[in-house]
Amino acid sequence: MKMRKGPFAILMIIAIIIAVYTLFPFFMVVLNSFKKASNIVASPVTTAGASFGQLKANLSAVVGNSNFNFWAAFGTSAVITVVSLVLLALFGGMAAWVICRNKTKWSTMIYMTFIASMIIPFQVVMLALISTFRDVGNFIDIKMLQSIPGIVFAYCGFGGAMTVFILTGFIKGIPYELEEAAAIDGCSPEGTFFRVIFPLLKPVIVTVTILNGMWIWNDYLLPSLMLGQNGPVKTLPVAVQAFVGSYVKQWDLILTAALLAILPMIIIFIVAQKQIMNGMVEGAIK
Amino acid sequence: MNENTAGKKVLSLALMAIGCIGMIAALVLDATGSTVGFRGPLLIIGAIVFLVGLYEFPTIEHHRSIINFIFLFPLLFTFIVTVVIPMILGIFYSFTDWNGVKMNNFVGLNNYTTMFSEKSFIWSIVLTFLFVVINMILVNVVGFLLALLCTQKIKGIGFFRAAYFLPNLIGGIVLGYIWQFIFSNVLIKFTAKAFGLNYSVLADSKLAFCAIVVVYIWQYAGYIMLIYITGLQTVPKDVLEASAIDGANATTTLFRIKIPMIASTITICTFLTLTSAFKQFDVNLALTNGTGAVKFMGSTLSNGTQMLALNIYNTAISKNNYALGQAKAVLFFIILAAVSIIQVRVSNSKEVEM
Repeated sequence: MKMRKGPFAILMIIAIIIAVYTLFPFFMVVLNSFKKASNIVASPVTTAGASFGQLKANLSAVVGNSNFNFWAAFGTSAVITVVSLVLLALFGGMAAWVICRNKTKWSTMIYMTFIASMIIPFQVVMLALISTFRDVGNFIDIKMLQSIPGIVFAYCGFGGAMTVFILTGFIKGIPYELEEAAAIDGCSPEGTFFRVIFPLLKPVIVTVTILNGMWIWNDYLLPSLMLGQNGPVKTLPVAVQAFVGSYVKQWDLILTAALLAILPMIIIFIVAQKQIMNGMVEGAIK
Repeated sequence: MNENTAGKKVLSLALMAIGCIGMIAALVLDATGSTVGFRGPLLIIGAIVFLVGLYEFPTIEHHRSIINFIFLFPLLFTFIVTVVIPMILGIFYSFTDWNGVKMNNFVGLNNYTTMFSEKSFIWSIVLTFLFVVINMILVNVVGFLLALLCTQKIKGIGFFRAAYFLPNLIGGIVLGYIWQFIFSNVLIKFTAKAFGLNYSVLADSKLAFCAIVVVYIWQYAGYIMLIYITGLQTVPKDVLEASAIDGANATTTLFRIKIPMIASTITICTFLTLTSAFKQFDVNLALTNGTGAVKFMGSTLSNGTQMLALNIYNTAISKNNYALGQAKAVLFFIILAAVSIIQVRVSNSKEVEM
């Protein structure tokens, strides 16, 4: 069958127009990071006044800014995200395996509690969460607020339900005979998990890591409450908010800060585009 | 062999005992108000030593149960401290005069009656419902159309999919500020020329609300598109071929075959858009911070674009009224749970009909 050229050319044009629209804000950010504030306000969509020298000036003004503190914020965000993801994958896998392979009243109840908790919006727990963390922190003398371990702890708690939900679904599909064979060969239960089951979980762990990672990296409300707007430790979104709050309408600096904030995610997306898009879909369908 | 087991048993019990002593000592130090710096680490080390002792306990019969306990413990513990306890406390606090640190009295349903007397809160509820309904329809329609477009044979389809999905990667705060720039510095140039509208669309409550909707669709439609693409790809080829042979045109194929066959995908997508639009916070905060004048129930309100999540946040954090904010949050939860359950029920019954 011969392809009709006409309709496809029209579709192509539509696709390009939509792509221009979805990418336009990114284009604006990049373009205007090369300009002075006066040029941005005068003509935001043209290249008038854009130069690499100005980009350098904007970058150094933003990176060295005490409210933004890009490298510190970037480091904090990276540490929080990576540690939370590793712990969630490990603890989530362990918990999901136990829940899946023990059909007792307890394991069913724990599983149901996890599922039910997924509908709880953060708003309903956030206020009491802060006071609980403050009290627990005071009581055991470990800083839970304004500290990285505290926020990692919170992400393990909040991400746990979804992680267990997705992992349980996957473990159900792994034949139990594999574990029996390992047990007959003299493998202990913990050995069975770490040597047999955990390596098999790799594809689904990629999925939960992408889902949790997108959420943890971009999350604003939880870190802003736990770390404070002007606390000593800030994640990238909190730093952006604090920075914008202190420089009302200084678009040259704000857009350069935005560029720095979105760059890590875009680089990761370019590298792992397929995995991210597949992971997001798989997480939603399950 | 026997001696070995006995030795292991002693070691295991000793470790458990040391762990217990450590934890108890730490708790005693806490209770007596001691300020020595090592109580926190002592508690954690005590707990770890106890678990190691438990793990080393030589038993074949109960080893599996011990492993189950140790494996479940970390996630369950964090879950209980961050979700279960705050949830219970939160519901409890909503009936008191809690100020974020401590509570003095029970006030019964006072917080709940107060919030319904606040016109600004009622407005936030109305606005949120409006936002959810508009977005549930628009995001799904746009996402579905994009999915249809992206399943055609166009060159460079991978690029288009990635380009449409890209906005979803960026956090709401950052993209809120990017769009604030676009609305108040870029769009204004065009609206000034075309309509003589020489103020930012964000300055007008109604237009600002539309702006939030536009940004939300921009951010979310690409994600929904991906899910619809996956759904559309599950429609069997032979069914499409059969319908083509029977003479079905593109429109008939779409409405009679494709849409009914991806009913479960539609359920997932409406559920996702519903819950995420309902909880919308970041973009709302960064784009307008809820400001904007609006006339509602006979009085002029200053929170014209403030949705529920932001209203709760402002009540508790900005206005320092924790108990009232908590009560609003409980209502928020009840509405969200009810709406989600209704949505799932309705969709499921529709799926069966199709």
